[in-house]
Amino acid sequence: MAEHEPTLRRVTVAVFVCALAFPFVASGYHLYQGAQVLILAIALLGLNLLTGFNGQISLGHGAFFAIGGYGAAILVAKLGLPYWLAIPVASLVCFGAGFLFGFPALRFGGLYLALATFALAVATPQILSYKGFDAYTGGSQGVSLAKPHAPFGLNLNGDQWLFLFCLLWAAALYWAATNLARGRIGRALIAIRDQPIAAETMGVNAALYKTTCFGVSALYAGVAGGLSAVAVGFVSPDSFGLSLSLSFLVGIVVGGLASLGGVLFGALFIEFVPNIADQLSVNFGESAKALPGAIYGVLLILIMAVAPSGVAGAIQAAIRFLARGARA
Amino acid sequence: MNEFLHQLASGLALGGVYAIMALALVMIYQATQLVNFAQGEMAMFSTYFAWKLMDSGWPYWRAFAATVLVSFVGGVVIERVVVRPFAKAPVLASVIVFIGLALIFNALAGWLYGYSVTSFDTPFSGRSWFGNVYMSAHESGAVVVSLCVLAFVYAFFRFTPLGLAMRAAAQNPVSSRLVGIRVGWMLAIGWGLAAAIGAVAGMMAAPIVYLDPNMMFGILLYAFAGAVLGGIDNPFGAVFGGFVVGVLGNLLGAYVVGAEVKLSVALAIIIGVLVWRPSGLFGRRLVARV
Repeated sequence: MAEHEPTLRRVTVAVFVCALAFPFVASGYHLYQGAQVLILAIALLGLNLLTGFNGQISLGHGAFFAIGGYGAAILVAKLGLPYWLAIPVASLVCFGAGFLFGFPALRFGGLYLALATFALAVATPQILSYKGFDAYTGGSQGVSLAKPHAPFGLNLNGDQWLFLFCLLWAAALYWAATNLARGRIGRALIAIRDQPIAAETMGVNAALYKTTCFGVSALYAGVAGGLSAVAVGFVSPDSFGLSLSLSFLVGIVVGGLASLGGVLFGALFIEFVPNIADQLSVNFGESAKALPGAIYGVLLILIMAVAPSGVAGAIQAAIRFLARGARA
Repeated sequence: MNEFLHQLASGLALGGVYAIMALALVMIYQATQLVNFAQGEMAMFSTYFAWKLMDSGWPYWRAFAATVLVSFVGGVVIERVVVRPFAKAPVLASVIVFIGLALIFNALAGWLYGYSVTSFDTPFSGRSWFGNVYMSAHESGAVVVSLCVLAFVYAFFRFTPLGLAMRAAAQNPVSSRLVGIRVGWMLAIGWGLAAAIGAVAGMMAAPIVYLDPNMMFGILLYAFAGAVLGGIDNPFGAVFGGFVVGVLGNLLGAYVVGAEVKLSVALAIIIGVLVWRPSGLFGRRLVARV
C-alpha cells in the first residue's frame, strides 16, 4: 500500500485537473450530470467512512441527504441565506442529527442498526410531506430555490460555476476524508470494525468514535444533499425515498468498501445506470424501469461473492499484477 | 366509539399480516442471527405469482396452495444458491446480499407484471361474518388465516420430528450435526417455510393495500417493528408484537399523528424499543463471552 502512495497522489491530482478542465469542454446537461456525480461522490465518501471503515451499516443515508437538501433549501428560500452559507449550516444540522442517531446506534449491533436505518429510509418521504411542517417544507409540493450565479464577476455561466462549486466541495471533503482515514483516527475506526473488544482494550473510546463517525458521515451526506438542492433548484419528498439510500449502498459496494478513491466509480455508476435505463425505456417501454434495480441487485450479490473490494480493489489488484510483471 | 372499534378491528386484521411476516423473520433469525431484508419482496413476488394464476382462471384456493408450495421451493432454492455461500461472511456482507435479493425481486416483479397498481381477489367476499360490523369479510378472514398459520407453525415445530430437528439445528448446530441432523438442509427448509409464510402474508395483505411492486415496504417495516418489540429471537413475542404494532399503528395513525405518517410510527417503535429495551418485551438478553 505504502509504495503506491506517490502513484495514488499523482492519480488524484490528475483526476482533479481533468475535472477542473471539464466545465470548459463540456456544457449544459453534461455539466449538470458531472455535478450530480460529484454530489453523489460526496455522499458516498461519508457512507464509506461509516460503513466501509467503521463497519456500521446504514441503509438510511438518504434521510441525512434529505435533511441537508431540505435544510439548505429552507435556509435559502424561506430565510434568505446565501446558498454558500446555507450548505455548511445545513450540514452542521446533519452532523447533529447523525450524532444523535449514532447514540442509540451504539447499543444496536450491526444488524439492529441496519433495521433502524432501513426504517428511517422508508419513513423519510412521509415525514417530509407531513402536514405539520407544511409552512417550511411545502408538503408534497417541496421547495424551489433560484439557481446561483458565478460570484466575483467571474466569466462563467451558471452550469460551469455550479460544477466548479461542487468540485471544490468534493476535493476539500475528499482531502479531509483521506486525512481522517490515514491517521490515528482511521486506524481506530478500522480496529473498531474488525476487533471491537481488542480496540477497547487498547484504549480506543469506541462509543465516542462510533457516534462521531456517524455524525461526520451524516455531515458528508448533508453537504451532498445541500449541493443537490442548489444544483437541482428544487427539493421534494419523493426524491429522498428508500431507493436513494439503497443506491448509496450500491455505490460504495461497487466502488469498493473502505476505498475513498473508489467512490468516484460508485458515483459514476449510480448516476449513469438509471440514466441509461431511462434512455432505453424510450425503446423498450415501461419494463426498462426495472433495469437499474435488476443490475443493482445482481451486482451487489456478485461483487460480495467475487470481488468484495469492488472496482477500486480490482484496479489495485491489476496494478499489483502489472508491477510484478514489470519486475520479473 | 364505533369509529374507534372499527380502527381497532382493522388494526387487528393488519396486525395478523404483520404477525406472520414477523414470524417468518424470526424463523430465519433464530437459525442464522440474520434479518432477511428481502422477506417483503419475496412475499410480494409470491403474491404476484398467485395473481397471475388466478388471472389465468385458477380458482382462489388452488392458486393459494400452488403459490405457497412454489414459494416454499423458491425459498429453499434461494437459500441453497444465493445465501449459502455467505454463511461465514460478516453481517455487512449478508445484509448487502439480502438488499441485492430484494432489489432483484422488486425489479423482476416490475418487469414481468408491470408497475401499475392492481386489485387482488379475496376468497372472503360477501357479508361480514357473524354480524361483526367492525370488520369486513376479508379482514375477518385474514385474521382467521393468520391464526391458522400460527397454529400450523406451532404444531409443526412442537409435534413433528422435522420441527424438532430444525429447532435443534438452530439452537446448537454442532451437537445437532453429531446426532445426524443435516443442519444445512434444516436451514434451507427454514428459508422455504419463511418464504411460504411470507406468501400467505402477501396474499392476505394484497386485498387491503392493493398489489404493486412496492406494496411490501410498509408491511415489512411494521413486521420489523413487531419482531423488535416482541423480541426478535422469540416467535411468540414476535407474533404478539405484530398484532400490537398493527393495532397501535392504526390507532395512532387515525387519532394522533395522521394516516399519512403511519410509517413513522413503526420507525418510532423500532428506535424506542432499541433504546429502552433492546431485547424486546419477551426476548432473551444477549450476553456475549469475551
